[in-house]
Amino acid sequence: MFEPNKYETVVGLEVHVELHTKSKIFCGCSTSFGAPPNSHTCPVCLGHPGVLPVLNRQALEYAMKAAMALNCQIADISKFDRKNYFYPDSPKAYQISQFDKPVGEHGWIDIEVNGQTKRIGITRLHLEEDAGKLTHIDGGFGSLVDFNRVGTPLVEIVSEPDIRTPEEAKAYLEKLKAIMLYCEVSDVKMEEGSLRCDANISIRPYGQEQFGTRAELKNMNSFRGVQRGLEYEEMRQADILDGGGKVVQETRRWDETQGKTFTMRSKEEAHDYRYFPDPDLVQIHIDDEWKARVRASIPELPDARKARYTADFGLPSYDAEVITASKKLADFFEESLQYTKDAKSVSNWIMGDLLGYLNAGGLDLESIKLTGQGLGEMIGLMEKGTISSKIAKTVFKEMLETGKRPQQIVEEQGLVQISDEGAIAEVVDRIVSANPQSVEDFKAGKEKAIGFLVGQVMKETKGKANPALVNKLLLARLNQ
Amino acid sequence: MALFDLRLQEIHNQLRTKELSVADLVDASYSRIAATDASIQAFLTLNEEGARAAAAELDRAIAGGGEQGILFGLPAGIKDNIVTEGLLTTCASQFLRNYDPIYDATVTKKLKAAQSVTIGKLNMDEFAMGGSNENSSFHPTRNPWNTDYVPGGSSGGSAASVAAGQVYFALGSDTGGSIRQPAAYCGIVGLKPTYGLVSRYGLVAFASSLDQIGPLTKNVEDSAYVLQAIAGYDGNDSTSANVEIPDYVSALSGDVKGLRIGVPKEYLGQGIDPKVKEAVVAALKQFESLGATWEEVSLPHTEYAVATYYLLASSEASSNLARFDGVRYGVRADNPDNLLDLYRKSRSQGFGQEVKRRIMLGTYALSSGYYDAYYLKAQKVRTLIKQDFDNVFKDFDLIVGPTAPTTAFPIGEQVGDPLTMYLNDICTIPVSLAGVPAISVPCGFADGLPIGLQIIGKAFDERTVLRAAHAYEQHTEHHKQRPQL
Amino acid sequence: MSISIKDVEHVANLARLELSEQEKEQFAGQLNAILKYAEKLNELQTDDVEPTTHVLPVRNVMREDAIRESVANETALRNAPDDEDGQFKVPAVLE
Repeated sequence: MFEPNKYETVVGLEVHVELHTKSKIFCGCSTSFGAPPNSHTCPVCLGHPGVLPVLNRQALEYAMKAAMALNCQIADISKFDRKNYFYPDSPKAYQISQFDKPVGEHGWIDIEVNGQTKRIGITRLHLEEDAGKLTHIDGGFGSLVDFNRVGTPLVEIVSEPDIRTPEEAKAYLEKLKAIMLYCEVSDVKMEEGSLRCDANISIRPYGQEQFGTRAELKNMNSFRGVQRGLEYEEMRQADILDGGGKVVQETRRWDETQGKTFTMRSKEEAHDYRYFPDPDLVQIHIDDEWKARVRASIPELPDARKARYTADFGLPSYDAEVITASKKLADFFEESLQYTKDAKSVSNWIMGDLLGYLNAGGLDLESIKLTGQGLGEMIGLMEKGTISSKIAKTVFKEMLETGKRPQQIVEEQGLVQISDEGAIAEVVDRIVSANPQSVEDFKAGKEKAIGFLVGQVMKETKGKANPALVNKLLLARLNQ
Repeated sequence: MALFDLRLQEIHNQLRTKELSVADLVDASYSRIAATDASIQAFLTLNEEGARAAAAELDRAIAGGGEQGILFGLPAGIKDNIVTEGLLTTCASQFLRNYDPIYDATVTKKLKAAQSVTIGKLNMDEFAMGGSNENSSFHPTRNPWNTDYVPGGSSGGSAASVAAGQVYFALGSDTGGSIRQPAAYCGIVGLKPTYGLVSRYGLVAFASSLDQIGPLTKNVEDSAYVLQAIAGYDGNDSTSANVEIPDYVSALSGDVKGLRIGVPKEYLGQGIDPKVKEAVVAALKQFESLGATWEEVSLPHTEYAVATYYLLASSEASSNLARFDGVRYGVRADNPDNLLDLYRKSRSQGFGQEVKRRIMLGTYALSSGYYDAYYLKAQKVRTLIKQDFDNVFKDFDLIVGPTAPTTAFPIGEQVGDPLTMYLNDICTIPVSLAGVPAISVPCGFADGLPIGLQIIGKAFDERTVLRAAHAYEQHTEHHKQRPQL
Repeated sequence: MSISIKDVEHVANLARLELSEQEKEQFAGQLNAILKYAEKLNELQTDDVEPTTHVLPVRNVMREDAIRESVANETALRNAPDDEDGQFKVPAVLE
């Protein structure tokens, strides 16, 4: 059993993020996803004899941008090294990576767990090339290699061992994803493999300073998977220690369906990558002017936006956190605010109706027709009293499905609120006359009876009567 | 073979005046190969069909009029580590014996643009590792001057073929002396340009930080013409130098008055054959008589160059040759038990002893715990060696010495003694480590075998190197000697 | 420092070479000789010397992010020792 007050967990994460350049990092082949096998390859990315790599400037600048957004110091001089190992998905039998001069170092990000903000250190961010894709066939007797993905630019982001719970690990990944999306350096789709995560995890008795022996966890394909894998590993390691055993340093594979981790290789079989500077590539000198130019391209990041939303709009911290976790959602929020001043109301609609709808259908913002403008205009109509909050629900639903402007929906369906006192007074008269018992009850002190009467008026007007006016007129009528 | 005794410029003129056709040249080339290649074995692959088709097309172009470049129609040989699309490129290795390239090297493209005719692919030490051509996994090439002797290496096929008059010029590659040393052994002119002057794209990498492609020709003027055609910046090679390419032929003024020549005492000391030394001293006197001055200088770190070179080159090679894994091209071992077995068997069956030895050395030098002691140390010593050259070049225009300490040695003599073999490169390796240009020109004979004079220049100062070599050549007859085959 | 047969085996494994017993003996001897010769470099004090990776002071060589045409699938597979369904085939990769 893993008892949180007996053991402390220590986690460090290594995250690979694919950069969405048009072409590969060292050749001109396209990086687009989903092409037929080996159709986006050339002599360079196939590792033919005699070929040479030439660095894609955009890949480097995306890496710089990402590193800056993670508060890293950017190297003045960076370089590429060869990481040597044999594997069929690695055409040159070495990966071009960065060893001792990564693009960025010494960064950090803040995460929020249970209302507490915590800073997680980023050891380094470096640029490297992705490998090809292996598929297993023939009932396990053969494998096929597709090199379309090889050479896609990747950044590897290594965290400090500052993470203490699986939940923090998940929060860290979510924040990292948000930052990458804000910077627009990657589309960060875990299902397409454009974000991948390995974890180093160890546990130690509370109070012990020295780290425990760690396991490296691989093959976690979702944020949830990372959390579950770490939870399983906490338990496994605690069981070993409780039983008086020793945790072995090894690489373990997370099996999503079985919900367990399994040994992949032990430390004895660990690779000797024989890193050395790639003689085919030259050093990169990054001067202040270049850094400033890249820095200027970074938009306002989630933390800054969140602070602004709570300070300027008075949003609750939680709501601001949720909205800013996605740049698209935050942009949607701000778009709405161009059409209404009521940020609280916009936030409520997003947190409630919108996210509820998206989550229920497993949808994302791009796949629906509603725009920030639509939501803003709809709230505007409520403010003006054109529609009631009840009608707004109908309008909102229509906007989700058709993307029509709220004004148009209201007009087409005749949903405009009735604020004409004379018209409402007429209906009130009719309802009061038709329900003598309720009037009786009200006069006898049963104030609840008025609710019934309001409901009847609303029903009669198909919900379009201005509720405040209905109340006012009804009370006046009853107190006559 | 009279035709191949002509200078390139002379052939060019005969083509222009239609005294000669390209088909005549190509015929002559293949006839000469038919007559001589059984004894020297310079070629690995012939491109006869392709060459004849190209010749016919070029002859039609002549008939149609218009300007032809200087290399137009000239039969050329290409070392078999330079990639030629549609023409086997084996690096003289069993591993690549069936490799059909899917692209052209930049120099191959440049030769195509210059409209020379590729006669075939030339033998070499496997993956350019060696100095005798005995490491070819197909057959050794023999020295045209004495077929019991090695032609040198690794561009031995290129040197022997040019010396034997099979092709008009050849391209070779030089990592630690692989153009200059075989040129010296075969009595022809071999130029290793400044590192970065000629694109390496499509040159199968041995040691990336040292490899350079260069011409092997019968005289200095031809060398200048070929260099002109292949030099230049290439966006496909990150280490290519973005410099303006001067006119090399116009540098050949014959005038060396006032040139200051440094002669490293380390190149004429221990281990140098007295006959080689004598020829070099005679050459220096020749320069003196032409108005140049020379004095003894020191390149004090010369004695460390061979060790530095073998550590660096082998380390880079161990990584460069890792791609030969039997997955995407090359020869895969039959019936491997599993993936690991496929790698091990394919590589072990595909590579020869010298290649394995260097992969082993390089892998060891880069492995965990040894990197600093070997690889990093060697990179630092490389800095010191380069500084030696920088220092001398502050006061001198050129450095002159022998290309190799001896003339060619008999086939089989040094096999099995890698270290002795490595020391044959003592005069060429430091130049490669410094990245500066050098040419080897014939400067005499010893016991019927040619001796090479090495003229070394400042980075990107090929013009001065060629000028001095040309002036010397104009006043000597060594380059006019032809082997009897 | 001397290279044992075991070292030779370790290095051969890293380099994915399969050596016969005779080759192991031979390489151990030759590598020892070469490395002993290389110890010569230790005569030089190089603490303050910068390593040379490139002889030329070339830096910041980059290309713009533009797509260039890839080769056809048949071309990519032209030299493949074994292929299936447009992909390179290898014995099973077992983790």
